[in-house]
This record gives sequence, C-alpha cells and structure tokens, in this order.
Amino acid sequence: MIRLDQVAFRYEDMAMFFDATFAAQSFTAIIGPSGGGKSTLLNLIAGFETAQSGHVLIGDEDVTALAPDQRPVNMIFQDNNVFAHLDVWTNVALGISPALKLSSDDRARIAAALFDVGLAAMMTRTPSELSGGERQRIAIARALVRDRPVLLLDEPFAALGPALRRDMLDLVIAMQRQRSLTVVMVSHQPEDAAFAASHTAYLEAGRVVALRPTDELFAATDIPGLTLYLGDWRSMSR
Amino acid sequence: MIAVQPSRALGVLALGLLGLALAAGFLPVLWMAVSQGAGSADSYIIRVLSFTLLQAGLSTLLSMVFGLLLARALARRQDFFGRSLVLRLLNLPLALPSIVVVIGLIEVYGKQGWLGGTISIYGLQGILLAHVFFNLPLAARLMLSELERVPAESWKLSAQLGLRAPDIWRLVEWPQLRSSLPGIALLIFLLCAASFAVVLTLGGGPNATTLEVAIYQSLRLDFDPQRAVMLAIVQLLLCGSLVLLAQKWGGLAIGLASANSMARRFDGRSIWSKASDATLIGLGLLLLLPPLLAIFVSGATALQPSAALAQATLTSLLLGSLSAALAFALAWPLASLAARSRHWRRWSGLCVLASWIVPPAVLATGWFITFIAHAGSTYLAAFLVIAMNALMALPFVFQPLASAIAPAALAHDRLCLGLGLAGWNRFRLIDLPALKRPIGLALVLALILSLGDLTAISLFGTQDFTTLPARIYRQMGSYRFDEAIGTALVLGILVLVLSSLSERWSRPR
Repeated sequence: MIRLDQVAFRYEDMAMFFDATFAAQSFTAIIGPSGGGKSTLLNLIAGFETAQSGHVLIGDEDVTALAPDQRPVNMIFQDNNVFAHLDVWTNVALGISPALKLSSDDRARIAAALFDVGLAAMMTRTPSELSGGERQRIAIARALVRDRPVLLLDEPFAALGPALRRDMLDLVIAMQRQRSLTVVMVSHQPEDAAFAASHTAYLEAGRVVALRPTDELFAATDIPGLTLYLGDWRSMSR
Repeated sequence: MIAVQPSRALGVLALGLLGLALAAGFLPVLWMAVSQGAGSADSYIIRVLSFTLLQAGLSTLLSMVFGLLLARALARRQDFFGRSLVLRLLNLPLALPSIVVVIGLIEVYGKQGWLGGTISIYGLQGILLAHVFFNLPLAARLMLSELERVPAESWKLSAQLGLRAPDIWRLVEWPQLRSSLPGIALLIFLLCAASFAVVLTLGGGPNATTLEVAIYQSLRLDFDPQRAVMLAIVQLLLCGSLVLLAQKWGGLAIGLASANSMARRFDGRSIWSKASDATLIGLGLLLLLPPLLAIFVSGATALQPSAALAQATLTSLLLGSLSAALAFALAWPLASLAARSRHWRRWSGLCVLASWIVPPAVLATGWFITFIAHAGSTYLAAFLVIAMNALMALPFVFQPLASAIAPAALAHDRLCLGLGLAGWNRFRLIDLPALKRPIGLALVLALILSLGDLTAISLFGTQDFTTLPARIYRQMGSYRFDEAIGTALVLGILVLVLSSLSERWSRPR
C-alpha cells in the first residue's frame, strides 16, 4: 500500500496537495492535463521531492524523510533510463550493486531478468545499438533484479508505437502479477490505462480529483474536468 | 540554400583580404627560410621551443586538473549563497587584459607585494601562476557547462540506485566530461603556447622565454630578422598543427559558456563531500580574488590622473574602435557566407582562426619584412596595430555573428529576395535592427580584446603613440610600479564596464 497522507508541496507558483491511497498490489494509472502534478506525485513517492508537510507511507513504513535509495521503490522514466556508455548487462547489474560486486546467484538473477524481458541475446550491446523499446526493457530488467515492492512508471512508453506499447504493458503486467507489485503509472494515453490498470486516478491542478476502479472512472460523468480532458475519446473507444 | 549574391561576393572578398594578410605574413618568412637553407636549428631555438612546450604543457595540466576539481565541486553544490557571483568571477580573468592581471599578481606575490615575496613570481613559477589564473577558470567554466548537460533522469537514477560519489564519478560525471576534455586542453595549450604579455613580463632570459616572445625580441630588440624567421617557422608549425588537430577533434571551444539551469542532484549530502567541495571552491577564490582586489585597492591609492594617462586612454579607445570596426567588417560577410553555404562554412571557420594558426609574432615577422622599406612611418605602424588586433579578435567576433545570422537568414532571405532588398539597404533595414544585440556583442568583444592588447603594440608600436597596456609595460620597465598599477586600474575598469555590457547582450532575451 502507498499512502499520501495530506502531503503538501509547492513548486514555484503551483501549490499541490495530495491525499490518496494506492491499494497494495494494485495497478493504478494516473491521467490528467500537463502541469497538473502527475510527475510530482511520483517524485514524492520515490523521494526525489520531499513533502513540505504531511507523510508518505509505503506499507506500514513512514518514508517521508528517507533518501530515494532507501525507499522500497523502482522508478522508470520516459528517457535516459540507462547509462549510455555501459552495455546492457552492466546497466542491469547496477540494480544489484553499484560497485558491481556480484555473487554467482546475482549473475543468475541478471541472466534470468534479461531472458524475461527478451534481451538475453543482446547483453553485450550498448544502449545506442538498441531501439527505444529495447532500451526501456533494460530498465524493466533492472527493476526485476532490484526487486522492490513498488514500481513507478513516468510515461515510460510515450515514445513508442501502439503495438510496441501493448507489448511493454504486457511485460509490466506479467511482472506485477509474478512479484505482487504495487504499480503507479503516469500516462497520457487513456487506452493504456484502460488496458493495464485496475484503478485510475484523475489529477488536476495539484490534486487527486478522483481515484476509482478504471471502468468506473472512465464511465463517470460527475467529474467536469475529466470529461473535458478525455474529449470524445470515450465515445470513440466504445 | 538560397544564393544571395551580394553578401557572397563580399564574403569572398573578405576571404581574399584575409588570405592576402596571411600571405604577406608568412610567405616572406617561408622565402627567407628557404633561401637561407632552413634546418639550422641552433641550441637557442631548441631551448626556447622546449621552454614553450614545458610551460604550456604544465599550465594546461594544472589548469585541467584543478579546473576539473572546481567544476565538479560547483556542479554538485547547486544552491549556496553567492554561487552566481562565483560563476561570474570565473568569467572575469579571460575578459581582463593579461597585463592588468600580471600587475595584480605582482602586487600580491612580488617582492614588495602583499605576501612579501614568499614565492618567486618571475620565471617558470610566475608564468605558470599567471596561466593557471587565466585558464583554470576557463577550464572550470567549460567543464561545468558540460556537466550541466547530464540529463535529470541520470541524477534520479543514481539516487535510486544509491550510487556513492566514486560511483557517480565513474558512471555519470567522467563519461559526460570525457569527450570534451581534449578540445578544452588543446585550447588552453594553444593559448599558453602563444601567450605574449605574461611571458614578456614574468619570463626572462633565454631560459624562460617562449617562441612568441623570442620572435619579438629578435625583431624589435636584437634587430635579427633571420633568427626571427627561424623562430617563426617553428612557432608556425607548432600552432598551425595544433589548430588543425583541434578542428579535426570537433573544433576549439571558443566563446564563453552560458549559465544553464541544471537538473537537480541528490548526491553530495554527506559532511565529507560538503567539506571537500567548500574547500575546493574556497581555494579557487583564494587564487582568483587577491590579484583582482590588489588592482582595485592598490590601484585606487596609486592612481594619479595626468594628461599622458588621458592621452593613452584616448589612443587605446581610438585604435580599439578602429580594429573592432575592421574585425566586424571582415567577420560579417564571412559569417553571412558561413550561414548560407555549407561549402564555404569550413573555409571561413578556418580562416577566422588565421591569427591562431599563424600567431601574431609570426605574422609580424612577415609584415615586418614586407613593409621594411616604409619602416618608421607612424601611420603604417598604427595601421598594422589595428590590422593585427582585428585578426586576433576575429574568432571571437565571428562566433556570435555566425550563430545569430543563420536563423535570421532562414527567416528573411526569401522575403528580401522577393522585395529586391540587398546590400546596404538590407543591412540597414533588416539585419541591423534584427541582430542589434549579437552585433553589439561582437563589436564590444573586439573592443575589449584590442584595448588589452600588448602583442601588436609591442611588435609595431612607435614612440609616437602609446596605448594603456604599452604605458603599463613601460612604467613597469622603468621601476614606476605604483604608476603602472594606477594605469592598470583605469584599463581594468574600462574593460569591466564593457564586459558587463557584453554579458547583458550575450544573454538570450
């Protein structure tokens, strides 16, 4: 479970206030207009931003004051998820040990993760030799070996085509089920939310306006901002 | 690409003029060397070459190592009080004339200086100190702007993976810096190899002189053009090959680094890293501040306004303005050419570096031989000073113009062609109003460089006209150091006022 307990955060002119709970082992998509605070919400959970008041809880633990590496969290970004000068294998291995001190058990886990994401044949290549989708698979493999109960995704597949995005989402869904992860994913694509997420939150102007099961949220007519945000997507997707 | 005939003709003309100036510079040198039978490299030349390489190599090494440490500390400490002031301070040494900085260094480290001569300011030590004073901040600034290009996600990723300082160095900072280091080192080596004022004032004797200064001594003090020619050939080979090498490695890092906003970092929170960064930044300030303060404090008490000082100031401003105008007149058509034709871009980019490929003393040797029949004419001397200064300013004038003209050409060329706007009318009505700031920046940069010049005025100057740097040097030579520091203050303030103007114009609107 992830709980943001009356978390206040101000960035320049924008005052944000989050009070929301993401159920354990749920897959929540976050949608809403740009500049509404979607990425800030993830940064607060991951520890890249610190709440000015209120608390962030993961499981039963209050992580508000913890550094990013001490939180039980993996985060995958839209770009630059890898160190460009290191090969695939090393990029994944860094998820276990920054000094690359690895036991034979660790090496087996790295090999298994690379196999799971379909990069087993490419582990000696550098990221520049790979496609955008393959580069994101490196980040997923690293999250697999790092094995933290929370996975945060900040528009990770926004640059990929529709078919590839589906493949990547399938990969994340499989990983979530297998490891019982709590996943929070920011997305600009409502269809990604509809496809992958058990729950969807609508964020606007620094507030979680609604957080409901995905079907219910997309069927809702009582949220004026959401109707405006989705436009005619709802009627087109039916 | 759209062909705009008038500006292309002017550009080719400017290229031709540059080529002529270069030919007048090194053809006589080449011809004399061949006719004398080159290759008689005597022990003096070898000694001078060795010292040139030694001081430039050591200056580069020290500037790079400590510049790297300082850049890393500044990159990691993103919001301490006075950070932007420190960054502006790093730009200062490069803007100030070398002779002014040398005066400041002597006032602090010299025998009668603030420190009472605890270290020797003359010879290799002094030259290294002065070169590090100029180039450490330059290196730090360039490396800092390289570090600022690390993507925000890399810092987040480092924080999430719990990377420690050595890991971050190995995985993030070093890979980002690595590719830019050869270009920065080469630039600094070149600046030190061709440095004139520092070696002239702080060097001495055949054991602490460089090719550039030795050429000047052969031409102006020993009246030995043959030796000057031999030295010039060596200097030409050294600097020419360095510039060509740098072009191959992606160009020299000309132009001041801009202060970008940097992605937030999460490392460096430990007491140890805070303490080590603070120490490094403190040491940097300890290097930079005292000589600058010395010029202001001692200069203000020593300054005595006089008619001669006013005369020198006026002469400096007049010569400086004329060479800025000449530099602009050459750079504008070249930059227009470079902005519109890929074919010409390489040529004009290389030609503006003329004074780096063929360093001033080498050019002077050739011009000296070419114009020997007219030696002693004040007007010719003044013209040669102006021309030399314009050539030396060219790389710094060309750069802001070229990067401003390219987008303006794209926006206006079709319309101007359609309306038949060309030549002077186009410059007056379209380009001048649209490119006011880059044009102003280019002119002010050229003026700053010319105002601080000691090279051209030493090589060609006569008794009939004295600029501020020449006056400072003369006062130093006749043991009137108090007067020299007063004059240095005037020159320093003049340049600071101009450079604050240029800083305003170089900021994007």
